[in-house]
Amino acid sequence: MPRGSFRGGIHPPENKSSTSGLPIVAAQRPSKVVVLLNMGTGSALSSLVAKGDLVHKGQKIADPIGRFGVPSHSPVSGKVAAIGAVRTGLGTMDQAITIEPDGQDTLDESCVPVENADSLSPAEIVSIIREAGIVGMGGAQFPTHVKLTLPPNAKVDALLINGAECEPYLTADHRLMVERPEDVVRGTRILMKAIGVDRAVIGVEDNKPDAVEALQRAIASAAAAGTIDVVAVRTHYPQGSEKHLIKSVLGREVAPGCLPFSVGVVVNNVGTAVAVADRFDRGLPLIERVVTVTGSGVANPANIMMKVGTSAIELIEQCGGFVGDPGKIIFGGPMMGAAVPSAEAPTTRGTSGILVLDRAESRSFEPMPCIRCGRCVELCPMRLEPALLHQWSEARLWSEAEAYHALDCIECGVCSYECPSRRNLVQAIKYAKAEIGARRRAARERGDK
Amino acid sequence: MNGLSALLSLGALGLIFGLSLGVAAKKFAVERDPRVDEILAVLPGANCGACGYPGCSGLADAVVAGSAPVDACPVGKAPVAARVAEIMGVKLDSSAEPKYARVMCLGDRARAVELFEYRGIRDCRAAQLVGGGAKGCTYGCLGLGSCVNACQFGAMSMGDDGLPKVDDDLCTGCGKCVAACPRGIVQLRAKKDSVNVMCQSHARGPEVKKVCSIGCIGCGICAKNCPEKAITMVDSLAVIDNSKCTRCGICIAKCPAKCIIDYAKIEPALPVGAGCENLASCRGGEGGSQAAS
Ligand code: SF4
Ligand code: SF4
Ligand code: SF4
Ligand code: SF4
Repeated sequence: MPRGSFRGGIHPPENKSSTSGLPIVAAQRPSKVVVLLNMGTGSALSSLVAKGDLVHKGQKIADPIGRFGVPSHSPVSGKVAAIGAVRTGLGTMDQAITIEPDGQDTLDESCVPVENADSLSPAEIVSIIREAGIVGMGGAQFPTHVKLTLPPNAKVDALLINGAECEPYLTADHRLMVERPEDVVRGTRILMKAIGVDRAVIGVEDNKPDAVEALQRAIASAAAAGTIDVVAVRTHYPQGSEKHLIKSVLGREVAPGCLPFSVGVVVNNVGTAVAVADRFDRGLPLIERVVTVTGSGVANPANIMMKVGTSAIELIEQCGGFVGDPGKIIFGGPMMGAAVPSAEAPTTRGTSGILVLDRAESRSFEPMPCIRCGRCVELCPMRLEPALLHQWSEARLWSEAEAYHALDCIECGVCSYECPSRRNLVQAIKYAKAEIGARRRAARERGDK
Repeated sequence: MNGLSALLSLGALGLIFGLSLGVAAKKFAVERDPRVDEILAVLPGANCGACGYPGCSGLADAVVAGSAPVDACPVGKAPVAARVAEIMGVKLDSSAEPKYARVMCLGDRARAVELFEYRGIRDCRAAQLVGGGAKGCTYGCLGLGSCVNACQFGAMSMGDDGLPKVDDDLCTGCGKCVAACPRGIVQLRAKKDSVNVMCQSHARGPEVKKVCSIGCIGCGICAKNCPEKAITMVDSLAVIDNSKCTRCGICIAKCPAKCIIDYAKIEPALPVGAGCENLASCRGGEGGSQAAS
């Protein structure tokens, strides 16, 4: 197997050309922003403001309840219009703070750059990152400070910055690397300090040579050559999966059920590195991000620097609105993203793309019986047996699904994409994962009593 | 010659194994409380697990060990409980009334809006993971029958209207359906607790109206009019305290959304009488003739 690669996976049509050459544009002022009081990872936040309050841009408006959460900040200055349940992109009803912008973008006084960034201890850096509400920006929104807080006996020797962006259609990270390579490098250096390593690698798929070049230039001008490397890896889905990028770039394999630090690596997204740089150099918490608005159903696809919490429809309208009859709106990419129940759905810190597929493209098919072709098994990058997992799931045999490592599925969608019988493999496996998780939690609770 | 020695050696092997098994069975025999088998004999033998133990023998063990009450079998109900109590030599407090599954949602296909077409696994719990479920109402029945599948007694079936139906004659009140429903729509109620708000939506009135024409809009009219003060408004949803309710029916008449129902008064789904002789599902009414006879 060549370096820069892994077993399994596919190479779907990239569909990136409509946005990969376009500079990031600023978002128009949203009519409202919706800041969710639920992080998606199950941890809730409690609001620090009340209806009618005036808030500044960057002001902390919610604090996490559990250990795993991060605070939320107002992306705009304006008035708190409502605090109550809204329907999220995941279809659930969650509590949220709705803010009507006043158009002034008055910055909160707490938003000041970190002066003495170089003399801070790792713990101090991690706590600044946490306070800034920084989460993994590849989509999962896993709190960055949790990733950076290593168990005492962990031996970590490298930071891996994920610039693979292997999802078709998405070019948000690509544009960040081309337009703001200095910030990627700056953020990388801060993250290296946070985990105490002197080596970092930025992994980029080799379909983005301009990004590789820009990063190399930025590394050279920051005199970081030798400590930060850029590695071009094969353009192959799911290259951007943590475990696969580690294998491709460093040749290390993470065991099932283990986290990257078990092989001495911490992985962060390029978007996360830029967010860290924004916090340290410009004083800004995570209130904006780049989102790729694209697909056959959008008039003028673009990369937009949006306020987190802007509704999908407003961003789509900024791109000239729908063309034809929109069939599906997906948050994220076509492989791993999730279709949202309505165009009103608010974006989150993890929304890397808004993909609009027209009716024809988003038609679905009635699944046919499994013909035992083995394609899913052959291509699964986690070496699972999706066809079997689907069976266990359909039969609700959760202990079997667990024994066949359902929990290791990274939900990359390769199996569903390739299945000639168009079976809903990933959904079945997600279902199994949810049920196994629920059973484990129940067992833990019983044990606690 | 060869055949004979084969027979002999096989026979000898059989004898040795048989003897050693016999000796082992005697020597390692586990003392077993005879009451376990007695209880096992009176339990229904459905092995449904509704009691929370691994099958009927699991419950029998637990009862004898003292870790389960004698009336833990929801299927056998009072008669079985009485016999188990007798075996265990305890007295049974028999005030508990049997309960039946009730589907607390009226948002059928005609009344509740669906936002998208769901094509995944036919299971409410799986559907709930896709965009929170296709139904516009995030509290309503998803209609994919997780409850129906969970029922070990064939008491539930999916109606043509997309809402599950309960057959009280078959329902044992085991509560498996309650546990299976991801939205908490199936609830157990005694026969007499028949007046209920058949809606679970805590959404505000205008939002409910957008997605369902029979959902509780949280207007509070029922609560105001109930002479027994049996109704409380819980976050935009009316909830009836069955222990206070006298089934006067005032709330049913006053509710503008028509989402309160007296279960005891609804018409049976299949009218007994002319035209239904050949329906297998028709069991005939009281005094009616059995369809099959
Ligand atoms: S089983 Fe999971 S990891 Fe394997 S191909 Fe399917 S989605 Fe990807
Ligand atoms: S790819 Fe589809 S048809 Fe082939 S073995 Fe897997 S599930 Fe079965
Ligand atoms: S009552 Fe619950 S489990 Fe039964 S069909 Fe409706 S949503 Fe599904
Ligand atoms: S039936 Fe009568 S007593 Fe019962 S809840 Fe309605 S109004 Fe109150």
